[in-house]
This record gives sequence, structure tokens and C-alpha cells, in this order.
Amino acid sequence: MTKNLNHALFTAFITFIVAFPLLGLNLKPSGTFLTVDPEDMGQFVYIFSAVGIVFFFQLFRDQIMGALGKVPRPSLPERAHLSNLPQAQRGKVENWFTFAIVVIALIWPFMVSRGSIDLATLVLIYVMLGLGLNIVVGLAGLLDLGYVAFYAVGAYSYALLSEYFGMSFWLALPIGGLMAALFGFILGFPVLRLRGDYLAIVTLGFGEIIRILLLNATTVTGGPNGIGGIPKPTLFGMEFGRRVKEEGNTLFHETLGIAYDSSYKVIFLYILALLLVLFTIFVIRRLVRMPVGRAWEALREDEIACRSLGLNRTAIKLSAFTIGAAFAGFAGCFFAARQGFISPESFTFIESAIILAIVVLGGMGSQMGVILAAIAMTVLPELAREFQEYRMLMFGLMMVLMMVWRPQGLLPAKRPHLELSDVK
Amino acid sequence: MLEAFLYFIQQTLNGLTIGSTYALIAIGYTMVYGIIGMINFAHGEIYMIGTYISFVVIAGLTMLGVQYIPIILLVALLAAILVSSSFGWAIERTAYRPLRGANRLIPLISAIGMSIFLQNYVVLAQGARDVAIPPIITGGWTFGTSDFEMTLSYMQVMIFVVTFLCMFALTQFISKSRMGRACRAVAEDLKMANLLGINTNRVISATFVIGAALAAVAGLLLGLYYGVANPHIGFIAGLKAFTAAVLGGIGSIPGAMLGGLILGLTEAYTAGYFSTEYKDVVSFSLLVLILLFKPTGLLGKPDVEKI
Repeated sequence: MTKNLNHALFTAFITFIVAFPLLGLNLKPSGTFLTVDPEDMGQFVYIFSAVGIVFFFQLFRDQIMGALGKVPRPSLPERAHLSNLPQAQRGKVENWFTFAIVVIALIWPFMVSRGSIDLATLVLIYVMLGLGLNIVVGLAGLLDLGYVAFYAVGAYSYALLSEYFGMSFWLALPIGGLMAALFGFILGFPVLRLRGDYLAIVTLGFGEIIRILLLNATTVTGGPNGIGGIPKPTLFGMEFGRRVKEEGNTLFHETLGIAYDSSYKVIFLYILALLLVLFTIFVIRRLVRMPVGRAWEALREDEIACRSLGLNRTAIKLSAFTIGAAFAGFAGCFFAARQGFISPESFTFIESAIILAIVVLGGMGSQMGVILAAIAMTVLPELAREFQEYRMLMFGLMMVLMMVWRPQGLLPAKRPHLELSDVK
Repeated sequence: MLEAFLYFIQQTLNGLTIGSTYALIAIGYTMVYGIIGMINFAHGEIYMIGTYISFVVIAGLTMLGVQYIPIILLVALLAAILVSSSFGWAIERTAYRPLRGANRLIPLISAIGMSIFLQNYVVLAQGARDVAIPPIITGGWTFGTSDFEMTLSYMQVMIFVVTFLCMFALTQFISKSRMGRACRAVAEDLKMANLLGINTNRVISATFVIGAALAAVAGLLLGLYYGVANPHIGFIAGLKAFTAAVLGGIGSIPGAMLGGLILGLTEAYTAGYFSTEYKDVVSFSLLVLILLFKPTGLLGKPDVEKI
């Protein structure tokens, strides 16, 4: 009890120190001087009740934890029933399941409001980014903290190509992906020989460099003002606006002979994003089953063993880095087309952190998990829009709590493994 | 000719000033990394909190009518160290300790989350705007001709002296004290140190507290030097300090000091001779170059992998 009391006093003291000077004393500029303005009584009541709660919690920690220990911990249901099925049957069930989800995702936008479709499109962009980063971090085990740089490269590729050369979205999409891949290749070539954490800081620095360059190359990129008026994607030369913006194009509603509705454009963008995501999923699923995909995972698990088996470490890492970057480039291209306006503001480190959080939260290497996590990370802050000021605070807290409670992620990746049916 | 030389000296002094504070922050990164092998992403925010606390104390004492500057500075320093260390301790306890032994990405994500949390905590508590403090230590020595005057301000001298004292104290602590010896033992081999009866949890906590205290010192010094603070200064300072730590060889304390100084000088020369906007680009490029030729950093130990 005395041990608990000491500990409780200590933690309560720390809580006070952590809370009081920042929350209780407010800095106020007055003229050329800076003054300290104590908050009103209400704030102090909060601070002291927080200190009290911490004190009593730590004092009776054993009892509280004992009581909590009896409550079953929340855990997501494992897909136990699926893994019990034989291999062939399981594949069939999974295929049907995927098919059903795709059908629902296709029908869904016609039934909900414009805002939700917009949000869903944003989710899909993050799914694409998450899946791309998943190759680098989840599969190849390379810690990339500057992934947003490739996203920026893709976005600016389209914006600049359309502004200076009048290139259409469909032509710019592969070019954006290729540009991002090229940047990934150029960056990866020298730095992939580095060990994990060095790689993290170099990629982080690279992300900052790209942002600073975009910010300062004012004549080309518009600097902090960004690039506006980026044309929206077209469908076989049909535009979705009310009037034709570019010569030679027709209008979607006129061609089909239906009344103009602004939601067509939103739905079109959503379906386009969905198709891009499906393409990404398809490609990555194939890649993982190819020798190069196997090599990524093998390299993540044991680098020394891989090298002794004659695998070319740099080439494998470089392939993961480049392919991951290419998907960020696609996502960036689409992002630029959807927003119609981009500026370096959209490509700060926090974006990289969010994408990385999606990958880790989803359970590294698991595609389904990444999709779930992308939905959670995008929709939850959006729902909390009323608590605008507390949004980022809660976001940070959620990241910490998720790591403490479920470090393996929402849906941890399952290793492909062979089962011997005779052996029990 | 003389002007050019004086200009060079001026840039060197500016670089050393910034560099020594980077070194102070970098030590926190390098010590934590050396012991538990994680990047404490929230360390930059600790520095930012240190700046805020010293501003609160300085403004408060000035309001109360305390005139004697050394007293104000001393109280501000102690308060900043106390609060920042508490943050360091609390962060380790809540966000990192439960994750000990997990995949190394897990604590990193937790640290990024903690960094976002702390940044927004200060935004909510103190507002997102810049707070400016009137200069406390003014004046300095000037040398040179009428064409170009070189200034060595008292503030810069104070930064050099305080940083030097901190480094000296830290070196003594690490090499002489019982806790310092335990720190080195844990950095060498955590499991073995544990087996030999060292309370590793305590050592890890102590590492966080020491790192946070040094970051608080840097917070006070840089806060006074620049005269402004906002809740977002922690990120870029943390990034720079981490770059400095990697540059010098992460895990090595002299490396962090050297890396900080090199980074500060690089920035000052770039800003002085080339362009202020691109100074970050140049320092990151320098990092990449050094890592290419010396993948463990300047003073880092080569990492031998045993099978």
C-alpha cells in the first residue's frame, strides 16, 4: 500500500506538472511585452480533478486492474471459420466475398448523399496510398517516412503537364506514375544500402526536400499559391461540367440526353477511384505471388539468409521502393484531378505519418487490413468534425492507444502456408 | 578582403550557435536510440514545450516585478527542465513502455501519434499563433569596419557557455556516476544488464528524463535567441536534431555533438552564401552524402550482425 501511495503521489505530481503550466497559465501578448494570464477557475477545476483521478487510479491500481482483468478484452473475430475450410473451397468463398464487396461499392454511390461519396473518394485515395506504402513497409520491411513525396510528384506531374502542355488526365496518369517511380528509383538507388532507421530519416528528409523545392520554385509550381484550375478527368472525351471547358470535348449529360446533375461528376470520380484501387489491389496480389514478391517478404524476414541464397538485396529493395512510389504517383495524379487545385500544403509530413499509420494500423502486409484502416483513419476524423479543435489531438491519441492495445493491427497478414492434410 | 573574412567569421558564429542547440536536442535522440533502438519522434515537441514553459516563467516573473535577469533565467531554466523532464518521463511510461519488445515500427507509430498529440495539446492550451518575447539579453561585441560589422552578441556567448556546461556535465555523468555506468551497460546489452541486476526500466526512464532536460535547455536558449515560439517549432527542430544525430552516428553522444555543429555550420554557410530557402535542402543532401560514404554516420560504431 505504501508503495502504491508513493507511486500515486509521484504520478499525481507529474500530472500536475504536465498539465498546470501549459493549461493553467496562458501567454498573452500585450504591447511589446508578453504577459501571463491565469485561466479562469473552471480550468483549474479540470486540472485538479485530472490530478485527483490519476492519484486515485494509481492508488487503487491493483484493485481496478483486478476488476478490469475479469472483463474479457475486446478482440476482433479471427477468420477462424474460413481457415478451417479446405484450400479450394476457401478460395471460392473469398472470391465471392470480394465480388460482393465490389458490387456493393459500385451500387452504393447512387443511393447516398454527395458528401458521403466525396468522403468515400478520399478514403479510396488513402486506400491506394496505403496499399502502395504497404509494399514498401509491410512487404519489403523498408521504413519510408517520406512517402508523401511520391504522391506530390504524381500530383504535380499532372498539374504541370496539363498547365504547360494541355495534357489530358488519361495521358498524364501513367506519366505521373512513371515520374514517381523514377523519383523512387533515383532516391532508392543510393539510400537503399542503408540500414532501416537511416533509411527512415533519409526518406523523411527527401519528403521535406521535395516540399521545399515545390514551395520555392515559384516560377514553375506557383510556390505556396499552388496550381489551380486543373481539369477534371473526362470519360471518352465527355466532360462532366455544365459547359464544355476544352474544345473538342462533349458533355456527358448532352451525349446521353439526360438532364444535368452535378452529382454525376462526383459519382464518376468515385468510380474512377474505385477502379484505380481495384487495379492496385489486383496488381499487388499478383506481385506478391511472383518471385519478386516472395523475395520482398523473404528479405524482410531475414536479410542474411537471403543474401546467402544469392538474392540481390539492392535490386529487390529497389523494385519494392519503385513500385510503391508508382502507386503513390497514380494516387497523386488522381488527387490533383479531383481537387482541381494543389499546393505544397497538401504534402506535409503529417500525410506521410497518416499513410504509415494506415499501414501499421491495418496490420502490416495485409491488404484487407489496410483498406479497413484507411476507412477508419479517414472517416473517424471526418465524423469528429464538430470537435474541430480536438480532432488532431484525438487523432494522435488514437494512434498511441491503438499501438498499445492492438500492435499487430486490425487484420494481421496471414502468411501463405502449406497444410499437410494427413498430419495432425 | 577583411569584410569577406569577417562575414565568414560571422556565419561561423551563427552556425555554431544554432549547431550547439541542435546538438543539445540531438543528444536526446541518440541516447534513446542507443538504449532501446527507437526513434523518439516526440522529442522535438519536448523542446517546444521547454520553450513555452520558459516563456511562461519569464513573462510571469517580469509581471511580478522581478528585475534581476540572472534570477529570471535561472528560474526559467529550472522550470523548463522540470516540466520537460516530466513530459519525457510520462511519455516513456504511457506510450513506449507498454510496447517494449514489439516490432520496431510499433513504437515509432506511437511516437508519431504522441508528437501529434503534444503539438495539439499546446495548440489547445496556448493557441496556435506565434508568441513573441521581448529580448532579455541584449547587446554584444562588434568588430569590423564601417562596411561590415561583425557582431558577437551576449546571447550567443550565453548559448556557447550553457551548451558547453551541459555537455561537460553530461559527459561527467555518463562516465563517472553509477547511473551513467548503468546507462552505458544497458546501451551495450540490455538483456545482459538486466541479468546483472541493473534496473533497466529505471535506466530507460532516466535516459528519457536526461534527454528531455537537455531539450528544455535548448528550448530556453533558442526561444530567447529567436524571441518567438509557436506550437509547430518542435517538428522542424526535431527533424534537424535527428539529422544531426544520424550524421554523427546515432547512438554515440560525441557524435551527436559533432553532428549538431556540422549541421549548424552547413546551414549558416548555405544561408550566408547561397540562399536561405534552400538551407534545409542542403543539410539533408549533406546527410545523404555522408551516409553514402559512411553508412554508420561519422562516429557511429559499425553494426556487426551476428547470426
